[in-house]
Amino acid sequence: MTNKTYNADLSRRHFFSKAAAAAGMAVAPGVFLRQVHARPAEQAATSEQRWGILIDTNKCAKGCDSCVTACMDENGWGRADASEDKSGPHQKAQWIRKVTIKDKQTGHVQSLPLMCQHCENPPCVDVCPTGASMKRADGIVLVDKHICIGCRYCMMACPYKARSFVHEDLEDQKVVAPRGKGTVESCTMCVHRVDKDGTPACVEACNADNHNAMYFGDLKDPNSEISRQLKDYGGEQLRADLGLNTGVRYQGL
Amino acid sequence: MSLRQLIQTTILAGLIALPFTVQAGDAPTPEIPKAKEKATEEYGCVAPTDYMRKNHMDELMHKRDKTLRKGIRTRKFSLAECINCHVTPDEDGQFASFGEDEHFCSSCHNYASVSVDCFSCHRDTPEQTDYQHTFNTGDNPHHGKIALEGNKLSVETLQVLTEGDQQ
Repeated sequence: MTNKTYNADLSRRHFFSKAAAAAGMAVAPGVFLRQVHARPAEQAATSEQRWGILIDTNKCAKGCDSCVTACMDENGWGRADASEDKSGPHQKAQWIRKVTIKDKQTGHVQSLPLMCQHCENPPCVDVCPTGASMKRADGIVLVDKHICIGCRYCMMACPYKARSFVHEDLEDQKVVAPRGKGTVESCTMCVHRVDKDGTPACVEACNADNHNAMYFGDLKDPNSEISRQLKDYGGEQLRADLGLNTGVRYQGL
Repeated sequence: MSLRQLIQTTILAGLIALPFTVQAGDAPTPEIPKAKEKATEEYGCVAPTDYMRKNHMDELMHKRDKTLRKGIRTRKFSLAECINCHVTPDEDGQFASFGEDEHFCSSCHNYASVSVDCFSCHRDTPEQTDYQHTFNTGDNPHHGKIALEGNKLSVETLQVLTEGDQQ
């Protein structure tokens, strides 16, 4: 080790300690404005988190499809994918759709987005013969297309019809969302964004349109906005009778 | 001629013919497109060329499982980063798609007649055409990692920082 190297490192260390002190002083000693929880890129997702989405159907505007179009643009399906042109509307991918429900007795009409519910006990994972259908440690349910054989058993098992099958050769996929012929796919809760401390595209679009009907967050963190909302106002599961413990919850149903 | 003799003769004939068939199938060596300027000689690839030639498929296989199943999104050996550096535009700024000989992966794979499944799902060209790596940061897939392996200080660097004044 040369003295030169040592000196360079020492001065850098001094610089960082001074910079840190200055940052700390900005608010008050030991008090920082926002704590950053970003998981380092080389660290695996753990079960310390469970990601979820809460949807307030009273705030979800009828006729608005911002969440759906945002998902299309982010993940490259639907209108963002020109190559899937031979498939009929019932065959094309649908990662998220808007569903309108009407109470026949009162005539009350509600609109809500429906996508993969990211179950704690996902039936799609139970039935998969190859292990392609999988749940990550942090509760996000995904298809490992590397080993998916396209049998579509998971599509039949899903009570929410959340999964689609790709029937055609595709081109110009998004880097963040590889998708191809012969494999099953569904909402990934924008896992590529979540891994970088981001928010799913649908939630972001809903907030950007000032509807604020969707909350994304950690269900295991009692201080997260989603947990506080669920604690204060509750949130229902779709088909709660199936005991799947979904990661996507709804208010105002 | 007994069956045994027939087999022997066939094998012998095959062995004699082997050098000729190899010579007959001698295809021109592929022209492998150069990687983007910043990833070449001065900075190098994520690993030495010899290593990458032999082991790229294993590294990609490791990486894909780690990324998808565990959410480990480092940039080293990431397929997207390979494409960003190695798939380069022609004079008109157009990218060759997989299957054309001008595509980095195809140039060798067509020559060796080894099929690749990656691009039936993965994008075969860079999404941002003006892509360049940022160098000398902790996030850098290449050289920043020497000092900052995995965004943590390496053992050597820590030793320099902590024990430097004792020497």
